[in-house]
Amino acid sequence: MLGEGILKGMAETAKNFFLSYVSKERLTTVEYPEQRIPTVEAARVFPFLVYDGADWEAGLRCVACQICEKECPPKCIYIDKSKDKKPDYVGKQQFYPTRFDIDISVCMSCQICVEVCPFEAIKMDNEFELATDDRFGGLRYDRKQLARSNDYYHSIHPTEASEVDARLDEEKAKVEAKAKAAAEATAAKAAAPAPPAPPAGGGS
Amino acid sequence: MNATETKSERLDGWNRPPVIAPDGEGELLEVAMGPHHPSTHGVFRMDLALDGERVVRLKPVFGYLHRNHEKIAEQASYLASMPYTDRLDYICSLTNNWAYALAVEKLAGQEVPERVQYIRVILGELTRIQNHASSIGFLLQEMGASGTPLMYAFKEREKILDLFESLTGSRMMCNYMRFGGCRVDVSATWLDAARKVVAGLPQFVDEFETLLSSNEILMARCQGVGILRPELAVNAGVTGPMLRASGVDYDIRKVDRYGIYDRFKFRVPLGDHGDVYDRYMVRILEIRESIRIVEQALNDIPAGPIMDPKARIRGFRPKPGEAYGRIEAPKGELGFYLISDGGPNPYRYRVRPPSLINLTVLEDMCLGSNVADVVLIFGSVDIVLGEVDR
Amino acid sequence: MATSPLFIHLDQMFIILRDWLVGFLPAALRPAAGVVLGVIAIVCVFPGLFALTTVFERKGLGRIQNRLGPNRVGPYGLFQPIADGIKSLTKEDIVPLSANAVVHFFAPLVLVVTVFMGFAVLPMGRNMVLVDMDAGLLFFFAMGAATELSVFMAGWSSRNKYSLLGAMRAVAQMISYEVVLLLSSVAVVMITGSLSLPKIVAAQNTYTGIFPHWYIFTPWGLAGFVMYAIAATAETNRSPFDLPEGESELVAGYHTEYSGFKFALFFLGEYLAMFSISGLGTTLFLGGWSAPFSFLTFIPSWIWFFSKVMLSIFVFIWMRGTLPRLRQDQLMNFAWKFCLPFTLLDLIVTALWRFMGEGWLRWVVSTAILAAAYVVMGRAGMRSEHFGPRRYRYAE
Repeated sequence: MLGEGILKGMAETAKNFFLSYVSKERLTTVEYPEQRIPTVEAARVFPFLVYDGADWEAGLRCVACQICEKECPPKCIYIDKSKDKKPDYVGKQQFYPTRFDIDISVCMSCQICVEVCPFEAIKMDNEFELATDDRFGGLRYDRKQLARSNDYYHSIHPTEASEVDARLDEEKAKVEAKAKAAAEATAAKAAAPAPPAPPAGGGS
Repeated sequence: MNATETKSERLDGWNRPPVIAPDGEGELLEVAMGPHHPSTHGVFRMDLALDGERVVRLKPVFGYLHRNHEKIAEQASYLASMPYTDRLDYICSLTNNWAYALAVEKLAGQEVPERVQYIRVILGELTRIQNHASSIGFLLQEMGASGTPLMYAFKEREKILDLFESLTGSRMMCNYMRFGGCRVDVSATWLDAARKVVAGLPQFVDEFETLLSSNEILMARCQGVGILRPELAVNAGVTGPMLRASGVDYDIRKVDRYGIYDRFKFRVPLGDHGDVYDRYMVRILEIRESIRIVEQALNDIPAGPIMDPKARIRGFRPKPGEAYGRIEAPKGELGFYLISDGGPNPYRYRVRPPSLINLTVLEDMCLGSNVADVVLIFGSVDIVLGEVDR
Repeated sequence: MATSPLFIHLDQMFIILRDWLVGFLPAALRPAAGVVLGVIAIVCVFPGLFALTTVFERKGLGRIQNRLGPNRVGPYGLFQPIADGIKSLTKEDIVPLSANAVVHFFAPLVLVVTVFMGFAVLPMGRNMVLVDMDAGLLFFFAMGAATELSVFMAGWSSRNKYSLLGAMRAVAQMISYEVVLLLSSVAVVMITGSLSLPKIVAAQNTYTGIFPHWYIFTPWGLAGFVMYAIAATAETNRSPFDLPEGESELVAGYHTEYSGFKFALFFLGEYLAMFSISGLGTTLFLGGWSAPFSFLTFIPSWIWFFSKVMLSIFVFIWMRGTLPRLRQDQLMNFAWKFCLPFTLLDLIVTALWRFMGEGWLRWVVSTAILAAAYVVMGRAGMRSEHFGPRRYRYAE
């Protein structure tokens, strides 16, 4: 019969009209900015640099190896390596970046810098309300703006941060065990019985 | 406009000679649809020559979104090209990733673990479902249904995109497949969430069909419009739902059996007439088949590693050679042709974009139809300008 | 209960108010002053309803699409029309240089004035018709035809070939469906025997038991109402017949060259036309201001009239949210090849009804003829255009 399909379609929309008042599943509008969808743990927006401890300069994990700069597809990372070294979390002397700029207007959030970093120094943040009206440099973040503490990393990506911490602790434990073994060896050598005294001139 | 005006005095901005009607009487109306137009799916222009209401000539003009993807890939490493492939067909980023990963794996001779194959199938079919839903929604929006089917389709699509976000970190630009595996493992909670989403999908497709498939106005506007003959489709290299709607049985999942598609039971729907209504129905039936595939894959997914143990992330230099990897993307056959010279960057990187190849028959489909139908036919080809222009 | 003084006063509230106000003037001026007050009332009430309808349309479409409509401006978004009105008043009024300025200026005014004239003969309640003409229906259709003039004025004066094409299409569509509209109301005139709208309502205001004698409850009335509703949707350029103002079509429509307040006037005119055509449909088929059950007559008559009109508006919005639009030639084919023959058949069935006398026989005969004709013509129409449901096969 002509018109049957039209009437079926209209019944369908009427059903949606009435159900949208009743069921929460139908009406999925979230009235931003008063209501927000909770962020997912895996969400990634722009990178940040992790530092351990309270001092961001001393605890910065980045050793300026420049791997992320080379692997970044749109080349939005700019790193200057330092001339001197400072100790890292296991005590080894490493370089550090005197300049680490990311131009977030170029960054495409691909997360390749995170994947290739061997030092767990750069991770993805999930803050996206970063609009600014400063056209010239407002979206180019330097290392002070990029540095965030390890506690912050735990708060946004708990499972990932725990895994990273476990890995780093393991590394540290290995290095410490090696150092302890080496120290024991030298101590054992030093504490070994003194070599027999050379024969004295006369007996005594 | 009289005969004494010379070509250079004609004020159409392009200084072209006017198009004369086939029977020699008078000029035809030349109109440019786009690039600013609400229904051209992006920045795309169609130069139409109209004889009254009928289309006499149609020339598509594109390139407004050209971003040098292939040239950039020659200077970026293989891994760095992966996020750029997300942005080709920006609605279906995971299938783009898969096609590229397939091509590189062929080039480098890498094996892919079993679990990864299942993950790839699940994500690929979810991508197909959300792409078809969005494409049908946009087709109906252009027909004037004031966005109602579009909103229903997008509600389901949001659920699938939420799944993608919780797995890959991003809703649309996923950057998830790697050469020899994938980036992160799927957790049991994710699989449960995926099962829940897939369980709700058949009801959505049923509601969609009730709303639309027997609607007389839809039938009147779509049946008999934009007919594509199967011989022309095969000769022009058209692939995907457009080809199957014309009645040609060619689905790369069945032909190439890439990945592990030969383990899943699914059917390939075919149309008989090749008009807009057939393309619309073939897409809806394909959504149903994809739901079946995802359910089977979610049941059978084994445990295992997610990366080929011999694969390297950095310093990846495949041996010199060439490879062509293709998949059945939601829009057609998406292929990547790579030539390696042993260095870290490919020597030549070529994308076979299904949207562009499918567009080559646009003029043949639109000749003789009304202007109102051109919009519909163009919508039924289902293009994304990111892929056409790269 | 309906006859108790309280409810009679409620029902005749506006008449009593008018008589009291007019009583301050000398007797010679009273009729004129009464009409002026009625005009003021109409000019205030219907644009107010228009403002509410724009909000309800957006919210209704939103809920159909499972989203919220506008809800920022005022509680539940009810002040949105004020914001829209301020926006349209403050926009620059652009008149194309080569346009015919006089015609360009008068087109929206002609639309609004002729549509308001149509309200003059609608009975909005008991004794509440502004002008009680003997040929009220004829006057209404004359004014309705004059609105088509304004559409053509708008398209022609813009000196834009796309606007002109859009206007010609719109006029062709409106003229075709005008015929269907008129013929479906002729059936009502045949049964009532009068062109005067208050008399048509009075003829429907009787009850058997608790059921009213509205014409929609008869077979010929139902068929006539369906045809009237289709024609009314096409007359007011609403979905699914809104090709002249479709945004995704090439030809932009007759009101392309209008901006600011003139565009708002076109918009106002279109919605007022929707109200007046719904008002006429209510009067002809749905019993005007009469209550649906005899025990509900205590509710004032004007409340019934306006509720029925708002229900029709809700159906318009519902259709807009669901249906895609028809192409121009399909629209015209539908009017001339299906609607017109069916309406003529309806006239014949109405005559048969009239002369068959009371009893169950006339019900059976009318229903059978109309149902059979609808099914047969529908199938024949679809088959001749080669469309219908299809089955799909799968590859082996």
